[in-house]
Amino acid sequence: MNHIVIISVVVLGILGLVSAVILYFVASKFKVYEDPKIDEVEAALPSANCGGCGYPGCRAFAENATKSASKNHSLEGFFCPVGGNEVMQKVAGILGLEIEEKDPMIAVVRCNGSYAHSPGKVKFEGVTSCAFAHALYAGEGGCQYGCLGLGDCVAACEFDAIHMNPETGLPVVSDKCTACGACVIACPRDIIELRKKGPKDKRIFVSCVNKEKGAIAIKNCDVACIGCGKCEKVCEFDAITITSFLSYIDFDKCRLCRKCVEVCPTNSIWEVNFKPRKPKVIKEPEKKETAKKPEAAKKPVEKTSVAEKSVNTKKSEK
Amino acid sequence: MGLLKTFVLGGIHPPENKLSAGQPVRTLKVPDQVVVPMGQNLGAPSKPVVKRGDKVKTGQLIAEAGGFISARIHSPVSGTVFKIDQVMDMSGYRRTAVIIKVDGDEWMEDIDRSDTLVTEINFSPEEIIEKVKDAGIVGMGGATFPTHVKLMPPPGKSADYLLINGVECEPYLTADHQLMLEKGAEIIVGTRLLMKALKVKKAVIGIENNKPDAIRQMTELAAKEEGITVQPLKVKYPQGGEKQLIKAVTGREVPSGKLPVEVGCVVQNVGTTFAVYEAVMKNKPLIERVVTVTGKALSNPSNLKVRIGTPIKFLVEEAGGLPEDTGKVIGGGPMMGKALATLDVPVVKGTSGVLLMREAESHRLPESPCIRCSKCTQVCPMGLEPFLLSRLSRMGRFEDAEKEKVMDCIECGSCQYTCPAHIPLLDYLRLGKNKVGALIRARSKK
Repeated sequence: MNHIVIISVVVLGILGLVSAVILYFVASKFKVYEDPKIDEVEAALPSANCGGCGYPGCRAFAENATKSASKNHSLEGFFCPVGGNEVMQKVAGILGLEIEEKDPMIAVVRCNGSYAHSPGKVKFEGVTSCAFAHALYAGEGGCQYGCLGLGDCVAACEFDAIHMNPETGLPVVSDKCTACGACVIACPRDIIELRKKGPKDKRIFVSCVNKEKGAIAIKNCDVACIGCGKCEKVCEFDAITITSFLSYIDFDKCRLCRKCVEVCPTNSIWEVNFKPRKPKVIKEPEKKETAKKPEAAKKPVEKTSVAEKSVNTKKSEK
Repeated sequence: MGLLKTFVLGGIHPPENKLSAGQPVRTLKVPDQVVVPMGQNLGAPSKPVVKRGDKVKTGQLIAEAGGFISARIHSPVSGTVFKIDQVMDMSGYRRTAVIIKVDGDEWMEDIDRSDTLVTEINFSPEEIIEKVKDAGIVGMGGATFPTHVKLMPPPGKSADYLLINGVECEPYLTADHQLMLEKGAEIIVGTRLLMKALKVKKAVIGIENNKPDAIRQMTELAAKEEGITVQPLKVKYPQGGEKQLIKAVTGREVPSGKLPVEVGCVVQNVGTTFAVYEAVMKNKPLIERVVTVTGKALSNPSNLKVRIGTPIKFLVEEAGGLPEDTGKVIGGGPMMGKALATLDVPVVKGTSGVLLMREAESHRLPESPCIRCSKCTQVCPMGLEPFLLSRLSRMGRFEDAEKEKVMDCIECGSCQYTCPAHIPLLDYLRLGKNKVGALIRARSKK
C-alpha cells in the first residue's frame, strides 16, 4: 500500500519537474514581447468596442496606437471618438507623446421631412428596415433623398443616443452621441453626417440632402433646400457651397454668424443651441421676409431633440 | 393523355382569378401626352436622341441603347417632344423620361400598319437579329431582358431548343392568353423567325392547362409547321419562370448562376414573339403592348392594347374607373408585381398587368414567430431554404447568405405566400439579394 503511494508521488514529481524544465525553455525560446504600454492604453480606453476609431475594438486600437507611437512617434490618424480629447490626452501621456486637441463631433440628422412637412402620399407595408425600403421605393412623403423613418440608425447605435420621434417620424440625436459613426454607415441615404459639435454645442447646418431641382423638392417637402443660393451669397466666409441644387455648410469655415439662417426662404438651414435673437429694427426691404418668417419658423418645433427643441421654440417666439 | 408535365421542385397553386379571361383585346385611344421612361429594360438605361421641341412620328427612334445589355426606344405617338425630365417611376424614384405631346397620328413611312398575315421569311438570321435589335424588343413577360442579347448566345454555346412561354402562371393576368387566341398565326410566324435566328430545329410552346382554348388553337396552327409543338402543362406557379419552364418541358436543369443557353434552351414570351413578328415582318418597333387591367372590385376587367407611355390611370378609367375601396394598385400580377406609388406612372415595355386590390385584400397580416413547418422550403422552386436566407439577411450575414445561394432566388414569392406565420420572407430575400449583388460587384471591381 505504502509502496504505491510513494511510487506515484515520485513518478508524478519527476514528470512535473521534467515538464517544467521543457516549458521553461520553450517559453523563453518562443517568447513574444508585448509592450506593457498596450495594456495601459487599453485600460485608459472606454472599452466600448464600437469600432468608431476604425479598428476592430479597443484592444486593436491600443496595439496599433502603441506601435505607431514607438515607430513614428506620432498618433496621427488615431482618435477615439467615444473618449474624446480627454482619453486621447491620457493615451498620449502613457505613450509619452503630445497631441493637439481635436474638435468634438456629433452626428447630425440632415432631414426635416416630418409627417407635417412632407405628408405621406403612399403607405409602406413591409419589413422595418431602411436598407430594404430604400431599394424598394422613394419614401412615404415622395422625397427620394429623405429619411425613410424605419430606424436603421437607431438599431446601429451602441450608445442609445439616437431615437425615433413618433410625432415626426425622424430620428433625433441626443447628448449621448459619441460620434462613432455607426449610424452614418447604417443610413442608406447618407442623411446623417458627423459635424463639429461647435462651441457650447452651437452649430448651423442645412437640414436637407435633396439634390433635386427646387420646384420638385418643394413639392414633396416644404422645408427642402431648393438651391436658391441666397445663403451662398450672404455668407462672408465662403463656408457655403451649392452643388446640384443643394446647399452645404463647411463646418470648418462656418463662424456661426447666422446670416444664412435668416435668408433661407424654406427654413431648411438650422441653428442649434443659440440664444434667441434680439428683436430687430425692421428695415423696409426686409419687411417681406420678417413677415414671412415666424410662420415658417413655427414648424420645426415638432422635432424634439432636447437641445434642438429649445432652439426652435425660441426661434418661433421671435 | 398521361400525366401533364410540370417542374419538379416546389411550386404553389394560388387562386387563378382570371377575371378578364375571354375579354377581346380592345385598343385604348391615344392619350394627349405620353411619358416614355428611359429605363425600360434590364441593364443600362437608354440614351435620348431627341431634344425638346423636336417633332416626332410614331415609331421614330427617340433613344439609343445605353450599352450592350440595353434596348432602343421608339416614339409611341406622333407629336412634339415637350420636355426631357425626371419623372416618377412606379417606385416613386425619379428617372429620366421623354415627355411627348400628342399631335395627329403620323407614322413612319416604312411601318406596315395593315393586319395582313405575312408568312414568307426572306431574312437571314443576322438580319432578323438586327431587326429585333432595331425595334428595341425586350422580354415582355416582365423581366425586360433585351431580346437581341438572348438571340446571340455567347461564343462556344449554342441552343437546340426554343421555348415559347405561353404559361402565364401569374394569377389574374390574361394578356398572353388573349394574344394567343387572337394573334396565334402571327405568334407561329414569330416562332419561326426566332427559330431561324437561333438556328434551332425544335420549338415548343408551353401553355398551362387552364387555357384549353389557347392550347387547341395553337396546336392546330402548329401542326402545319415543322418542328413546332405545343406542350400542355399542369397549372402550377411559378411555371412561367425561365428555369421552371425549361425543367417542365425538357427536363433539363439550368445550373446555379448560369443562363438557360448553358443547357441549350432559349425562352421567349408569347408577347415577345408577337413583337418579333411585327418588328421583322411589318417593320414596327415595340411601341404598344397588351396589358390586363383587372381586380375584383373593377366593373370591367379588360385586356387593353395600349401605347407605351400611357399613364396607368387611363387604363383604369377604360376598365370602369377606380373603385372606391381600392387599397393598392399593383403593376404586374399579384405574386411578382410591385405596388405603384402613383397612378400617373406610365405603361412601360414590361407592364403585363395592372391589378387593383380592395382595401380588405391589400393588407399584410401581422408577423408571428417561425413554427418550423418547412412549408417555405417545400414550395421553393429553386430548392432554397427561404427561412434560413431571410434570417441571414435579417441579421446582416450577407456572406453566409451568398454561400447559401441567395442569388438563385427568382423572387417568385411562393415562400411568403405559403408561410402560415406571415413572415416577410421575400422582403428579406430581396434585401439579401440586393446586398449580396453589391458585394459581388465590389469584388469584381477589385
